[in-house]
Amino acid sequence: MRRAELITAVILAVFSIYLMWKSTELNIGWVKYEGPGGGAWPFWLAGIMLICNIWTIVNWVRRSTPQSRSVEQFMDAHAIRMFVLVGGSVVGLVALVHFVGVYGSVPIFLLFYLRVLGRHTWRLTASVAVVAPVVIFFFFDVAMRIVLPKGYLEPLFYPLYDLFL
Amino acid sequence: MEIIQHLLDGFLIAFEPLNLGLVIVGVTVGLFIGAMPGLGSVNGVAILLPLTFLVPPTSAIIFLAAIYYGAMYGGAISSIMLGIPGASTAVATTFDGRPLALKGLADKALIAAAVASFFGGTISIILFTGFAPALASVALDFGDQEIFALMLLAFATFVGLGGDDIPKTIFSICIGLVFSAVGMDIISGTPRLVFFDITGFLHGINFLVLAIGVYGIGEMLWTIDSTRGNPSMSKVQISVERTFMHMKDILKEWKPAWIGSLLGFFVGILPAAGATPGSLMAYGISKMTSKNPEGYGKGEVGGVIAPEAANNSASTGAMLPMLTLGIPGSPTTAILLGGMVIWGMVPGPLMFVEQSDFVWGLTASLYAANFFAVVINILFIPVFLWVLKMPFTILAPIIFVLCLVGGYAPTEDMHDVWLMVIFGFGAYLLRKLDYPLAPAVLAIVLGPIAEPALRQSLIISGGDATVFFTRPIAGPITIIAIVLLFLPLVQVIRKKRKKAKEAQA
Repeated sequence: MRRAELITAVILAVFSIYLMWKSTELNIGWVKYEGPGGGAWPFWLAGIMLICNIWTIVNWVRRSTPQSRSVEQFMDAHAIRMFVLVGGSVVGLVALVHFVGVYGSVPIFLLFYLRVLGRHTWRLTASVAVVAPVVIFFFFDVAMRIVLPKGYLEPLFYPLYDLFL
Repeated sequence: MEIIQHLLDGFLIAFEPLNLGLVIVGVTVGLFIGAMPGLGSVNGVAILLPLTFLVPPTSAIIFLAAIYYGAMYGGAISSIMLGIPGASTAVATTFDGRPLALKGLADKALIAAAVASFFGGTISIILFTGFAPALASVALDFGDQEIFALMLLAFATFVGLGGDDIPKTIFSICIGLVFSAVGMDIISGTPRLVFFDITGFLHGINFLVLAIGVYGIGEMLWTIDSTRGNPSMSKVQISVERTFMHMKDILKEWKPAWIGSLLGFFVGILPAAGATPGSLMAYGISKMTSKNPEGYGKGEVGGVIAPEAANNSASTGAMLPMLTLGIPGSPTTAILLGGMVIWGMVPGPLMFVEQSDFVWGLTASLYAANFFAVVINILFIPVFLWVLKMPFTILAPIIFVLCLVGGYAPTEDMHDVWLMVIFGFGAYLLRKLDYPLAPAVLAIVLGPIAEPALRQSLIISGGDATVFFTRPIAGPITIIAIVLLFLPLVQVIRKKRKKAKEAQA
């Protein structure tokens, strides 16, 4: 945990410097008749972020926070496995939306999660994987008129659009 | 006496069968819209606005106001059940609502939220009935300096909320504020912080993208990691005895209920402030004045009561400047105002004289909406708890799917969904290192209010920052904010001295 805290503080300090640099694309000083330039607000905030990260590094050196004294592993084998599997499946869910839309990716994701990670029965898995997209369609697309992305499956929805929208 | 007569006339309008039916349908629809991550009262009112052309104008506004009310109640449900705030107004409810649910006390949290919402709603409607025009004129004295001072006060309470690690809390506030600055600079109209020239950043970072990322994906990953995929929140039971037992505890918490109701109403009437800063400040002050401040954030029922009373109180308060001055106090009231204009009503001081039937009918309908909302909410609690009884391996993927559609719904842009995933992963990793993330979420909501207020104030004063100290209302608020900001530092120094003394002894 101790090493992770230092690495994170350094990465966030670098990110703060990047934000300061990015803010200077707009004026960060005083503009006549306009007041503070458009970049001033994010620039000074990013400056405070940088100071906070330096403060965290000082705390790390002095071992004054629980994380800076912790000898625990930042992520053990279980956490890494979970992060890869669950996090990866969430990334897969979002990536698939671009190709098969929400109504293609959601059933695939639910089938994977419930059957492979959750080890549920095929019957339950299939029920949830079918019911969830149907409920989403009627709530979002039909009732709330928020048309969710359909990807290459869009033509399949034309008859439903004619019926409900 | 005149007010009572007007109110009685208003009740005759509110209790007409059509209006009463619309109140009941409105609060029920609002409850579900509010409970759905990604949707809130703004979406509900905006989407259902065209439907109201089928009924007379007074009934239409009563229906929309009922949706607004119901959504305020519903926002707490996803905060407590899933740990995902449906709207910014329910962020503070997550702090203690979620830990209560994880402890198997979701029913207690839900009842507390419903009762507090009812209490806050009732107090604010009484204040609304009695002091509408007078309070609206006080709100008018709030200029940019006062609004910024108020935001500063809100940020100062974040430092108090963040825990012992002050630099991490301040970092969290600042990163939320920087994210709120992404998009177009409102004064010069030029693109700002458009990372890697990705056009998706031009429309800014929606608050919900960060909130659903942090509280939805981040929280799920954290729960799976910390509980080894087997959280204990599925053991919730509900019974009459338990409900009475919880009610006893809840009714003891009168202090956060009053703090939330009064503060929420006052912040609600301020143009551009609204329910989110109100609920946050109520949470912060409730924590500061509590006998058990250490319990806040770990499942203290007062931490649910204060923000829930505040956000419902503020929602009524926000209607006050809308009706008396024609200035919307929140995004939802802006849409309501739009609806009123479509129907040819002219909000303003004369409305109370010229359209007295409408004003008092609406006021009376708020009492009815508040009553039906608490009843319907409590009746639905077993349904909400049924969701928690699902095995976590079913609940988790459904929450991820809800995050996907909830992240997409506000802007209908996949760029935001990807950002949400990145924020979720980042939140999970940062949380492991004890970075408080709630201040970032709240800062991204308040940033768009704070920055223009600061810049306008400095333009007016010609760059003189003492303007925040010299104005009669802004001055005391700024000084209180600065004192609160340095309070945790003083506490840390005190603790260290005490430890050093103990070590010496």
